[in-house]
Amino acid sequence: MCLAVPMKVIEIHGSPDDFLSGQIAVVDVDGIRKETRLDIVDRWPDIGDYLIIHAGFAIHTLDPKEAETNIRLMREMAEKVETIESSSNRL
Amino acid sequence: MQSKSKKTILLDHGSGGIASQELISSIFLKHLDNCILAALEDSAVMDNHPGKLAFSTDSYVVDPIFFPGGDIGTLAVHGTINDLAMRGARPLCLSLGLILEEGLDLDDLERIIASIAKCSKSAGVPIVTGDTKVVPKDKCDKIFINTSGIGIVAEGVEISSTMAKDGDMILLSGSMGDHGITIMTRRAGLTLDGNLASDSAALHELVALLLDKLSPGTLHALRDPTRGGVATSLNEIAAAVGLAVEIDDLAIPVKTEVRAACEIMGLDPLYLANEGKCLALVAPGQAVEALRLMQSTAVGRNAAIIGSLKAGKAGQVILRTSIGGSRIITPLHGEPLPRIC
Amino acid sequence: MKYVDEFRDSTLAEPLLEELHRAVSRPFRVMEVCGTHTMSIFRSGLRTLLPKGIELISGPGCPVCVTSASHIDTILAMAERKNVRIALFGDLFRVPGSTGLSLAHASSQGAGVDIVYSPMDSLKLASKYPEDLIVFLGVGFETTTPGIAATIMAAKNSNVDNFAVFSTHKVMPPPLLALLDDPELQIHGLLCPGHVSTIIGACAYQPLVDQYGLACVVGGFEPADILQALIMLARQIDRGEACVENAYIRAVQWQGNSRAQQMVNEIFKPVDMEWRGLGVIPESGLAIREEYEFFDAEKRLNITLRPAKEPKGCRCGEILKGKELPSQCPLFGKRCTLGNPIGPCMVSSEGTCAAFYKYAE
Repeated sequence: MCLAVPMKVIEIHGSPDDFLSGQIAVVDVDGIRKETRLDIVDRWPDIGDYLIIHAGFAIHTLDPKEAETNIRLMREMAEKVETIESSSNRL
Repeated sequence: MQSKSKKTILLDHGSGGIASQELISSIFLKHLDNCILAALEDSAVMDNHPGKLAFSTDSYVVDPIFFPGGDIGTLAVHGTINDLAMRGARPLCLSLGLILEEGLDLDDLERIIASIAKCSKSAGVPIVTGDTKVVPKDKCDKIFINTSGIGIVAEGVEISSTMAKDGDMILLSGSMGDHGITIMTRRAGLTLDGNLASDSAALHELVALLLDKLSPGTLHALRDPTRGGVATSLNEIAAAVGLAVEIDDLAIPVKTEVRAACEIMGLDPLYLANEGKCLALVAPGQAVEALRLMQSTAVGRNAAIIGSLKAGKAGQVILRTSIGGSRIITPLHGEPLPRIC
Repeated sequence: MKYVDEFRDSTLAEPLLEELHRAVSRPFRVMEVCGTHTMSIFRSGLRTLLPKGIELISGPGCPVCVTSASHIDTILAMAERKNVRIALFGDLFRVPGSTGLSLAHASSQGAGVDIVYSPMDSLKLASKYPEDLIVFLGVGFETTTPGIAATIMAAKNSNVDNFAVFSTHKVMPPPLLALLDDPELQIHGLLCPGHVSTIIGACAYQPLVDQYGLACVVGGFEPADILQALIMLARQIDRGEACVENAYIRAVQWQGNSRAQQMVNEIFKPVDMEWRGLGVIPESGLAIREEYEFFDAEKRLNITLRPAKEPKGCRCGEILKGKELPSQCPLFGKRCTLGNPIGPCMVSSEGTCAAFYKYAE
């Protein structure tokens, strides 16, 4: 099962260069917290970043700009209907 | 770690001899003292009451035995009170049967008995008879509890799934899944932290209020969605009455932290156990009043109208999804849920 | 929930659905190959709202379902060995082997079987049971493999000597290419998996475009994500074009996660792999490299896979290929139910049969 919900980083233990230190982040979503490993994450996160997690491992650090673009494109696609509709209503 | 010699349950405590008597007086009577139990007779004898008798029994084997929001003792009291209340009965008294594992920490036992006493007192439903057995280590898991209860159903009250009718509105007395997710996240391997707590609570006062204030005969059926969750209870109601149930996903109350924990663990809150919630089927004209009454109580303050009974495929439960689609809700099918109540 | 609730906004899904109805100019078939997509489509009731022209079929996207009967039999044989404890993701627990028995049965007979949430939990088991060899069942696609590779790396770095992985890991592109070679299977578009693509990148689907002219769109898991991906597929198909597009840009990039890819390449090497229903597909699996064979359960326990028969009458193979619907299987809903599953597509919570059985009217 894939976990669709990105979780917010509230603590980081270990460092990106030291594999032996145990690279772990504590993540939170709506007050629920768990630990996740950072061994294979694509970009080392900062506190406050959001992570996508699979089976206890972070696999992606969200870029807020990409997330905003994602929702904007979706809204544009959705809003297009209204413009078409309002124009067809006028006809 | 330094091992201090802590007091534990010994096989002797179940022998029926002196050790048993000491256990009874030092822990059980200390907390559960009432005149009927204190007589220590072989059975409890009580006054007769007008009306019909309701009688129910349930066993409690939850692991872990302590969890946020309650423990195995609170479940044992609330569970049987609620089973009586779901038939419209006023709970009168409970029995308490304990099966203890050799080696159980006596402090843990006392903590459980104290919370049983507290719940029974605040519910006004005394423990009037009891029994204790001790089994060798590994023959049970710390403590198993059975409670049975007797209640009185007043003249003219008939609450049953079969009384539900086409058009009835379905109310849920509060948020769902709190107990189930709390237990699941306390188990080994599923380490989640957060503000989760069991909803363990007695519902008989809420039911009494509904019976008292709603027009006679308009409260048709009650169910407490324990194991199997709201999904399974609704299927049971739909099957019993031969109608379809339709519920609205957006109307069902779920706490944000419960929803988040469910997302993380891939669980559906519709299938999680509740220990202090009921489903009520009410004639449509009284549904809003029933909701108001529920919301006026502490245990029902988050109550909501979640759906209705409809003509349709008998026994089918349909969920209207947040995007306007629909899906069938089946009863729980042996998911890998460890035992939770 | 941030980055969730915005995408779940019902005022978003509704107009997207209308746009999808508008965008579908002719009938087409889309395959989805991600178990989480399958579940999201059913749980949100999306199937009941789609335009008539779109046919959604589920491909081999559930890792448990595509695990062959001979692999399951081998797992059961391992569970019976003394001083072996099996650590696994919950979904495999009830999957029956060719005899009809599962790890649930083995566990009830005293075998050491532990359900874990993360492969790292098996290292905790290794220290808890020092006398036993903990065998983690490595089942899954590109999303799961990097974490298991990292677990093997962690075991090596911390000198854990009683941990091994039974690898039935699979990679997604080869079976897709094999399916597209099948002239009986007519599909026009692919809803590419979500987090598999986070690892391998959207670029992984370019060969499907180049060789087969298949429209490919990577989609997220929320209904609005899936609707957006379907609109993009419908537009490509309408224009008679084929390209790789990404509707899940918050989680998926063109090149994927190179750190995870490197971790996998360090530990694993491509091998031919048997898939349930699809047979042996060249280079579609991952085995543990010689340098790490100390952590390879097949080597540690000297295992040879034996061919095993699929359950009689079970159509999971055809269903996994998208050629048949669960309702066309003679066992579906009769002998094979959620309470008594016979084929893997009914056992796994992400299986097509389980989804149809649970959610479809």
